[in-house]
Amino acid sequence: MITVALMFAIACYAVALLFNLYRVVIGPGVTDRILALDTMAINAIALLVLFGIWEGTAIFFEASILYAMTGFVATVAYAKFVLRGDIIE
Amino acid sequence: MELFWEILIAALLVIGGFFGLVGSFGLVKLPDPMTRLHAPTKAATLGVGAVLIGSMVYFAAFKGDLSLHELMITLFIFLTAPITAHFIAKANLLRDWRPERLPPPEGEGDWAVYTPAADTSALELQEVEDADKEAAREAAQAAAQAAAGTTGSEAERG
Repeated sequence: MITVALMFAIACYAVALLFNLYRVVIGPGVTDRILALDTMAINAIALLVLFGIWEGTAIFFEASILYAMTGFVATVAYAKFVLRGDIIE
Repeated sequence: MELFWEILIAALLVIGGFFGLVGSFGLVKLPDPMTRLHAPTKAATLGVGAVLIGSMVYFAAFKGDLSLHELMITLFIFLTAPITAHFIAKANLLRDWRPERLPPPEGEGDWAVYTPAADTSALELQEVEDADKEAAREAAQAAAQAAAGTTGSEAERG
């Protein structure tokens, strides 16, 4: 039962990542692309955790923590650059 | 008991996958950037939260090691999602909207995105520039005075 649920969740997140990629490609604005990239990072965290359950190891949590942190910093840096034309003022 | 844990974990995983898909579908489907901001920041957070809690329950129930890493990731995402949403909304407000088209904000003042006073770095640059100009003016004055003094003494000598 868990295996089926896991496959369902992984398929959902794979399709979600494709949706995000579509939004990154067609835009139309810069902020849409930033938002889509942020959502991609969050969905990648979910996929990493699901893969960790699939493999039965806890080692993917470290990777997902790193992904959460760098995703957040990257999004804020992008938005800050759009807002001010500079990241560290 | 094992069946209960299996049902719980499977339900959490299915809920998580469903909400993640809904959030990203909203990102594609919704008509304009501000409404698109709404979909993933709420639904994807809930979806990822459900997946992470499902993972925590799985490792506690079947692998026998209760780890709090997942709670840490959930907390981190819950803390950072509003901040990123705020920043993206601000950037969108600056790029795609005119202040005339917006309702006035509550309280005193205008939207902080458009007011020049919100641009602290520009203010600081202006201050530095002013100080430089003042210093240059003083230096020029002092030089002129010194030049006047020397010519004056030369004239006296002559």
